[in-house]
Amino acid sequence: MPTPAWTGFSATPPDEILGKLRWILQTCRMRMRDKGVYAIAAATLAISSSAAFAKTIVVAPGDDAQTRLQEALISAAPGDVVELGAGRFKLTDGLSLDVPKVTVRGKGSGQTILDFTGQLGAGEGLLVTSDDVVLRDFAVENTKGDGIKSKGADRIVYYQIRVEWTGGPKETNGAYGIYPVESQDVLVDSVLVRGASDAGIYVGQSRNIVVRNSVALENVAGIEIENSYDADVHDNLATKNTGGILVFDLPNLLQMGGKNVRIFENVVVDNSTPNFAPKGNIVANVPTGTGVMVMANRNVHVFDNMLGQNGTTNVMVVGYRYPHQDPKYDPIARGVAIWGNQHDKAGWDPKFPGSQQIATALGGSLPPIFWDGAGGDEAKPVVADPVPALSLGLADLKASPESAQPVMLQNSTNLPQELPRIRLPESMEAAVR
Amino acid sequence: MRLLLAAVAALALAVSVKGKPADVNDTAILSAEYPASLSAYGFFTGGADRPSPALLPYALRTPLFTDYAEKQRFLYMPADAKFSVDGDGRLQFPVGSALIKSFGYHDAAGKLNIIETRLLLHRAEGWVALPYVWNADGSDAVLKVGGARKPVDFTKPDGTKMSISYSVPNKNQCKQCHSTKDSVMPVGPVWQNLSFTNAKAQLAFEARGAAPAKLAALEAKWDDSKSGALEARALAYLRVNCGHCHKPTGSASNSGLFYDDHERNAAALGIGKRPVAAGRGSGNFDFVIEPGHPERSILIYRMKSTDPGIAMPELGRATAHDEGVALLEAWIKSLPVS
Repeated sequence: MPTPAWTGFSATPPDEILGKLRWILQTCRMRMRDKGVYAIAAATLAISSSAAFAKTIVVAPGDDAQTRLQEALISAAPGDVVELGAGRFKLTDGLSLDVPKVTVRGKGSGQTILDFTGQLGAGEGLLVTSDDVVLRDFAVENTKGDGIKSKGADRIVYYQIRVEWTGGPKETNGAYGIYPVESQDVLVDSVLVRGASDAGIYVGQSRNIVVRNSVALENVAGIEIENSYDADVHDNLATKNTGGILVFDLPNLLQMGGKNVRIFENVVVDNSTPNFAPKGNIVANVPTGTGVMVMANRNVHVFDNMLGQNGTTNVMVVGYRYPHQDPKYDPIARGVAIWGNQHDKAGWDPKFPGSQQIATALGGSLPPIFWDGAGGDEAKPVVADPVPALSLGLADLKASPESAQPVMLQNSTNLPQELPRIRLPESMEAAVR
Repeated sequence: MRLLLAAVAALALAVSVKGKPADVNDTAILSAEYPASLSAYGFFTGGADRPSPALLPYALRTPLFTDYAEKQRFLYMPADAKFSVDGDGRLQFPVGSALIKSFGYHDAAGKLNIIETRLLLHRAEGWVALPYVWNADGSDAVLKVGGARKPVDFTKPDGTKMSISYSVPNKNQCKQCHSTKDSVMPVGPVWQNLSFTNAKAQLAFEARGAAPAKLAALEAKWDDSKSGALEARALAYLRVNCGHCHKPTGSASNSGLFYDDHERNAAALGIGKRPVAAGRGSGNFDFVIEPGHPERSILIYRMKSTDPGIAMPELGRATAHDEGVALLEAWIKSLPVS
């Protein structure tokens, strides 16, 4: 049987994939454990202290780690480094940092472990509420709620951090692994998140964001950019999640109208973990086997990624199809452009209501790109990838997927002007050099 | 009668001011330091049960639930200082003031054992929140900026015996609930929610401030059906127990769920609103509040849970507040099903 052109990576696919993975592996040394890929210990880079009178507060694991570490985080002055020793910190409560310009640094994400298995209180493992904070080279394990949350923390840097629920994907795991929200300038670089029951890396209601060189594994959503403006998501590996990379906008929030997101040069493959999000959460409706999903955002550019082995589809563009009463909210995805991606097999086992019938009608599988049709022609995504793309023809947001009128989306070369690259303040880039 | 009350109030004021302002150390309140011992302030003359006469006791009609702990609240203001009341009824205290709140439980013999005393100090640069934990012998309390946990046994109002790990918040957690636009602010003292154990305490307190020109009606008392309609009592409970974080300038601003003074539209209250970042706090339910169905409302699910990944409020909740849950269940049940 002749293989359609789009079912394999073109050019030299295996090497390109391996090259990409190799790059990521340089950052996170990976080994196999159980059936999943599992990353440990990143090399610790030497850092020079910058502030003139900055001091280093060293905290070792051991008795009363909770109090000693929390007191260090409170007594730190701007410019200080809180240095976490190697070993396992057994913690009973959430930690928090509210002092600006503090670096919290461990001995590596395989060596310094903040273990929240015995957590009794607080909604997250570590909460940061101050500006110019750098978190690097440590791991957070098995928090009851979110892993690390930073709220209203401008210029936050997450570098070589691991957040993991070590039992693998479970509905009882916390929601978000790395969770910056309501912040200006966010850098998430070379992190690994595994097992989040919502999103591994979640950036919400923020502006000017870079998520790069990171691995999202076995989460419901690998990486999610929500109700945010101006984001670059690149050079990440999203695999074995339910959905790889999500760009969403939701109603009834203080910041809405999510826009200007570039998803590029990522590897988004084999997102196949059955959705394990607690029902009621928006991601509980992400179909298992989704590569990239754009919902109700504006100006989202998906380009130069490697996408494949995603059973529902590689790229999905949809409106927000739930009832809401928010006059300020626009539920339609607009200005989405898709080009330069390499597509491997997709769509052979679609997992949203009505999708099996559509697939049957199309000869057994969904194409690697589809749009629900929300908003009609004026909202139609521009697709330049040389693969089949489909519109479900559901222009009306109230129409159910079962009433889809699928039509093929014509390829277009009429791409929009490229969005500018996200530039972060130099202090943030310096922190990871 | 009014005149007489005023005269008594003036007398009470005169006594508290002239009768030696009881050795409260104003410098400790105002300095940039964090005194290591509570005794440095002079708020108590010995144990927690011996407040300085300079402290003005008050209570709240609807208080914040904290694991069924007993709370004792005091206001301290420098001699001659007065508070004012803003348009929303929030009391505004001058620099040098302190709000002092002790937490404890009654033992089997009925004796109140105070565990900790939390301070809000109004310094020139703003409010500072500090937790002090009492010594075993109750002679003094020591600063625990990193917080603490204490095993506590107590009996719930329904007779259930409880053993919990009581959490003294760390300094940052104090701010988490007392945060407005990233600054520490008092939460409790709102004119229409104040109450007093006796007339003398009320007179002494009110003599130290200017009552609002137009007195707001007293807010419904959450557990007194004569004080207001079901909805008014439910909303008062939500404002006090949730509104300090769930407001546009508070720690839970990103949730879009608001229980402060101003937000009263359905979605902001959670009615028919889908969760945003609830994770397993959703309990597999679709809406924060589903009218007519408390058993399917995320709000109730989270109030009933004591799992830190689910429980709301996030702090001070090793125990569910059965009576508060019952109030909100009744309210949600009463909401018209659309």
